[in-house]
Amino acid sequence: MREVAIIGVKNTLFGEQWDRSFRDLVVEAGVGAVEDAGVAGEKIDSMFVGNMSGGQFVEQEHIGALIADYSGLAKNLHVPSTRVEAACASGGLALRQAICAVASGMDDIVIAAGVEKMTDVPASKASSALAAAADREWEGIMGATFPGLYAMIARMHMHRYGTTSEQLAEVAVKNHFNGQFNPIAQYKNKITVETVLNSIMVADPLRIFDCSPITDGASAVILAPADIAHEYTDTPIYVKGTGQASDTIALHDRRDITTLEASVVAGRRAYEMAGLGPKDIDLVEVHDCFTIAEICAIEDLGFAKKGEGGKVTQQGETAIGGRIPVNTSGGLKACGHPVGATGIKQAVEIAQQLRGEAGKRQVDGAEIGMTHNVGGSGATAVVHIFSRNR
Amino acid sequence: MSVPRFWRKQIARYNLVGTYCKACNEYFYPPRNLCPTCRREGEIGEFKFNGNGELVTYTVIHAAAEGFEGQTPYVLGIVQLEEGPRLTSQIVGDPKEMHIGLKVRPVFRRLGQSGERGMIYYGTKFVPA
Repeated sequence: MREVAIIGVKNTLFGEQWDRSFRDLVVEAGVGAVEDAGVAGEKIDSMFVGNMSGGQFVEQEHIGALIADYSGLAKNLHVPSTRVEAACASGGLALRQAICAVASGMDDIVIAAGVEKMTDVPASKASSALAAAADREWEGIMGATFPGLYAMIARMHMHRYGTTSEQLAEVAVKNHFNGQFNPIAQYKNKITVETVLNSIMVADPLRIFDCSPITDGASAVILAPADIAHEYTDTPIYVKGTGQASDTIALHDRRDITTLEASVVAGRRAYEMAGLGPKDIDLVEVHDCFTIAEICAIEDLGFAKKGEGGKVTQQGETAIGGRIPVNTSGGLKACGHPVGATGIKQAVEIAQQLRGEAGKRQVDGAEIGMTHNVGGSGATAVVHIFSRNR
Repeated sequence: MSVPRFWRKQIARYNLVGTYCKACNEYFYPPRNLCPTCRREGEIGEFKFNGNGELVTYTVIHAAAEGFEGQTPYVLGIVQLEEGPRLTSQIVGDPKEMHIGLKVRPVFRRLGQSGERGMIYYGTKFVPA
């Protein structure tokens, strides 16, 4: 298996982009990443695109070909392009597939992109499309919503470990604070615990400020074999580990409602491949689709003991400058959550941090970073570990 | 949900009919045709649950799923049946009376409707026992 490096990255703006189409967004991200890497189109061997639901959001399937076409890679070059879907983990999985393509020796230069255009449908339709990531026949039919499923995780976490609404709110407060330093973030406004606690209830105990927003956006990274990465960039970011795991589609079938076992196992696989552990990680982008999800994630990945995720957040350990900075990009909460793009955006953030290009949100001396992307209520998780050193 | 899609599982939804693995003595609701423990080794049979159980966790939903707008606020919960399997359902009753560990029993209720003129579908919700 060959070692793999990221040689180019690009995010579009994240937010409500009424003037930009699905294909506008992903072409901007793809071309931006190609320019960042300084690689010619003729060199590109293949592309993988994470997209959850072009079918429901913009009534478009056959996403891989569409994007290759409008990226100028189809008509003359006929670059193979594959859409990857695993609900909100689509981007992370597209990245993993791209890594596998390079690591196997099959391809050299590969684009991993992610895109979602969510505001072309009303919010109710967007929520319904997202609900398809749960079990439609046995959860959705009973009136389950995504905030509802994560609210049931939160309720159990509070009951068992004494986690409080204030601790949940601290996740949103931190991520909004970080978001103000990220030029692409959907929300750049600071909020307080009171902002969260006074916001409207969505699914008790989760309020609107506990939830990530609906977002348009796209992200892309360019991968190359580590041996030739220096031909393209002075600061390649090396992929040290990748792990993916599946769990039951429905929340009710999980062994433990407060643990995303897919996160635990994907994390363990990535740690083992990298030969690293939680103490070696300098910063992590986790899948905070809801505030409780970040608390579970830092526990499941080994950054806090089970049940203490809320406490360590409240104590500032996950802030920039803390013991383990979490979601320097603003996370899904403040940076925004275009579901198919999120997993790639996380890798872009880590690459920028490890290159030392993260501006006011830079984690000093960051050398090793992790991304954690979840599909649905935890039926898919994908974890990557990156390093600035080979 | 289309008529055939609902109709296929009508007995399971109306009468809490699930399955069990004769080799592992493990019970499944929603029904499964393959045991996740022994996979192809065991023999799967039908099993009718009496539906008595306990509330594992719950939420009170204020922002409704599509088609449930008229029902807010409604209680959604995970119920563990006496034989072990867990399922997601609505709990009918005062949200203030809900708590983890609440004993519940099944009731036959209207779940929803496909659009204004579509099929009305029924199934199993739960009430405090």
